[in-house]
Amino acid sequence: MSPNIRIALRFLTAKKSSMMMSLSCIVLGVGLFIVTQATTSGFKGYFIKTILGTDGAVRIQDKMQSSMQSIAAGGNDSPFEIQVQNGQKYIEGIDYPGQLETMLRTFPNVSAISEVLHGQATIRSSFKDDTIQVYGIHLDDQLRVSDLGSQIVEGSLLDFRTNPDRALLGREMADRLQLKIGDTFQLEAAGGFHRYKVGAIYETGIEDVDRVRLYLNMEEARSLLKKPTGASYIQVNLFDKDRAQKDAGWMEQVLQHSVASWQYREKTWLQVFTALSVSTIITVSVFTLIAALAMFNTLAMIVMEKTKDIAILRSMGYTREDISRIFLWQAVIVLAIGTVAGCLLGLGVTYAVSQMPLQIRGIFATNHFIVTYNIWHYVGAVVTAVIMVMVASLLPSRRAARLEPGDIIRGTAQ
Amino acid sequence: MHVLKGVSFEARRGQVYAIVGPSGCGKSTLLYLLGLLDLPDQGEIWIDGRLMSNSQDADRTAARGEHIGFVFQFHFLMMEFTALENVMMPMRKLARLSPDAMTARARQLLDAVGLGDKTHRLGTQLSGGEQQRVAIARALANEPSIILADEPTGNLDVKNSTIVFDLLTRLAKENGQAVILVTHNPEIAQRCDFRKPMRDGVFV
Repeated sequence: MSPNIRIALRFLTAKKSSMMMSLSCIVLGVGLFIVTQATTSGFKGYFIKTILGTDGAVRIQDKMQSSMQSIAAGGNDSPFEIQVQNGQKYIEGIDYPGQLETMLRTFPNVSAISEVLHGQATIRSSFKDDTIQVYGIHLDDQLRVSDLGSQIVEGSLLDFRTNPDRALLGREMADRLQLKIGDTFQLEAAGGFHRYKVGAIYETGIEDVDRVRLYLNMEEARSLLKKPTGASYIQVNLFDKDRAQKDAGWMEQVLQHSVASWQYREKTWLQVFTALSVSTIITVSVFTLIAALAMFNTLAMIVMEKTKDIAILRSMGYTREDISRIFLWQAVIVLAIGTVAGCLLGLGVTYAVSQMPLQIRGIFATNHFIVTYNIWHYVGAVVTAVIMVMVASLLPSRRAARLEPGDIIRGTAQ
Repeated sequence: MHVLKGVSFEARRGQVYAIVGPSGCGKSTLLYLLGLLDLPDQGEIWIDGRLMSNSQDADRTAARGEHIGFVFQFHFLMMEFTALENVMMPMRKLARLSPDAMTARARQLLDAVGLGDKTHRLGTQLSGGEQQRVAIARALANEPSIILADEPTGNLDVKNSTIVFDLLTRLAKENGQAVILVTHNPEIAQRCDFRKPMRDGVFV
């Protein structure tokens, strides 16, 4: 062990209570940093999983069409006329989904494609009427681009697959209309009526989906909505979901249809989660800041109390750098103990929090706290503590190094 | 203002020099300059053939560790450390010996100053005289060329003063080290090989 570390270790015991204060704050700061990041990123991750499992990574809809403007050169009688692009306009829906799907399959990141027909309808049950959104799907395709299979909470998809008159209802919609598996209801759309049975009930946890979205087999939806061709949008699943924004840009250029990545669609919520994450970092960093201030205070006191020791160390050949390191080592030792203990505290509390019951419905469905165990949360917490505490320790350590041994010894002798 | 004027002084190995004089005459200033703890405005200080007076802080610090041992009026033991650890402190910095050899030498020095049975006592568990003896052992730890002692007996009773002075001079002579001590005690000064009386910053 280097003499500097040996001296630092012994000096630490000189201010046990102050050092314990710094240590406690480091432990709390690191631990709470980890816990808050584990929960906020846990909820964010679960939200992303929910929206990807419901609406897919990328959605292609509405054809883009350039609108052109003619400019006549040299007056109205001029034979010269040029056409210039004057912005773009969107034409609702996709006329030839098959062509787009063929082109989409050339994108290496595309893992699955599902065409969806969408329209509004009125649902009439024996209990009440309501306005809902009908989604026509090819079940197998839809299962590949969403988590619909795992979102079924009652009934079975087999019933839906084999019987054209079966419908999939959201949990909230079924509850509101008091419909159960096998119950009959009527859908009215485009001037016609069709009767269906509840084949299965799904729950995404997203209130806006579970309340209004009703799935029909594609052919039934075409018949009900009187849309024999085309699609409202194409839902796309990707191998690498994080590349959705980049892929969406390329798809938009190639397909000439508006393409929305999940990051674009859910920008508002994602920003809310980011703001929440940053605000919790700022809040819990106060503990680390207090730890840094306590460390500054403690080291400054030790420097004042140990001036004679510093002088004698300097007289026996210890350099200014040695003196500085003796005080920085004290900070390092407390930091090492504090960050390790803080990480363990964070890990333990994160696990405890994950076991706590918490019912949330609205943007996702959960019955307990959702956490993630991410090494970068631990790295972030430790780096924050190291930076704050070491910066706070620099000043007293530099002050100790600047002390002149002759002045101290003379001052003591007088 | 000149604290020291025309002071020329040479110390030889195995000799004990006493600098005596009234308070404020410049004795301690001379000692701290010789010990490279202060920087002179003018003049030269040579140690073992090397000019040290205008050297860099790092060189002066290294020279202190290798060539100079200090004994102060207030022993300056590090109270969180045992007597053995205090004596090993300069050896650990110089790192010339192995850890075992350092321990053996520290024990030998503490034996020599009569504290062989108190090696593991903290500074706070030793009397004033014992603490000063530990400080002497510490000053001798790296086998320096020069021992600089500023009123080494100034804080001790007569009995302990005699013990400390005898130890310091005996061990220094045995090891061929020069001892320069500042003292107000005429009896101590009389027992030194050379006396250098000072007044108003000059030798008289």
